[in-house]
Amino acid sequence: MAVFEEILKKSNTTGDYHTVLQAIPYAQLIGMDFQKFGQDVIFKLPDNINNIGNPILPAVHGGVVGGFMEMSAAMHLLMFLDTPTMPKIVDFSLDYLRAVKGGRDTFAECQVVRQGSRVANVIINAWQTRREEAVATARAHFLLAQ
Amino acid sequence: MSEENPYFGRAARFIGVLKHCQVLGMKIKEASAKSLTIELPYSESHVGNPSTGVIHGGVLTTLMDTASGTMVINALPQMELCPTLDLRVDYVRAAEPKKSIFAFAEAYRVSRNVVFTRCTVHQGDINEPVANCVATFMRIGSHMSPPEFQNTIIGEGGK
Repeated sequence: MAVFEEILKKSNTTGDYHTVLQAIPYAQLIGMDFQKFGQDVIFKLPDNINNIGNPILPAVHGGVVGGFMEMSAAMHLLMFLDTPTMPKIVDFSLDYLRAVKGGRDTFAECQVVRQGSRVANVIINAWQTRREEAVATARAHFLLAQ
Repeated sequence: MSEENPYFGRAARFIGVLKHCQVLGMKIKEASAKSLTIELPYSESHVGNPSTGVIHGGVLTTLMDTASGTMVINALPQMELCPTLDLRVDYVRAAEPKKSIFAFAEAYRVSRNVVFTRCTVHQGDINEPVANCVATFMRIGSHMSPPEFQNTIIGEGGK
């Protein structure tokens, strides 16, 4: 699918990556979005009944929270490193700190801790009500395009 | 494997109430006191990289979290909902597009407070894994799960 490469290339020049996110089926499945505030970017996972795991609380499925954070990290790298291809995830370590409640939006913010020529280390924090009250924190390594 | 196997029944009912697992299309393939396998058929909606058609890591994370969490239910004497404490995943190789993925999970240690699991995702040959995962789950006690929910999972006269 050369179409996606075209979209990536175009985003590299325009700086608007919403088209990239819209072209990724999994991002659309969970319904994620993002917003830029100057140089900062905050990713958003809007409340969605289809993302619920535990029906009693109810809570967002822990895997969806993980998927959202992974996708946020990949998009963050794509935006800030201007890489021409999607970074490949190598490993992912996720700590769940609080129940991720259904009926609320979830947010995530990423920080590139170290970027080498081939590998990047990214930490991701997710919250619902306040940034200081993280619901999950994660760390991931990505292989960057050579 | 039939519904007569109590572990299979429990596992199938458990993932049956998890909405997102139904959205993705997970099915229990095998379940016993020792292990559990969940199958997830390929779907275009799971794709993370449209250039290659490879499914997103998040789908694998969700599959492994579910397989490990369901294994925890089967490893405990009573129905207990155990929240995930942490999940560590290695993505060993990209999953081949258009093929089902399977998550094989085991609970290798059940302590008083914590259950430790490991899980491997493969596409037919477990010696060629797609991803590996270890996770920990907190035991909060069976009294924390509402009785009606316990009955839904345990089923009629089942274990």
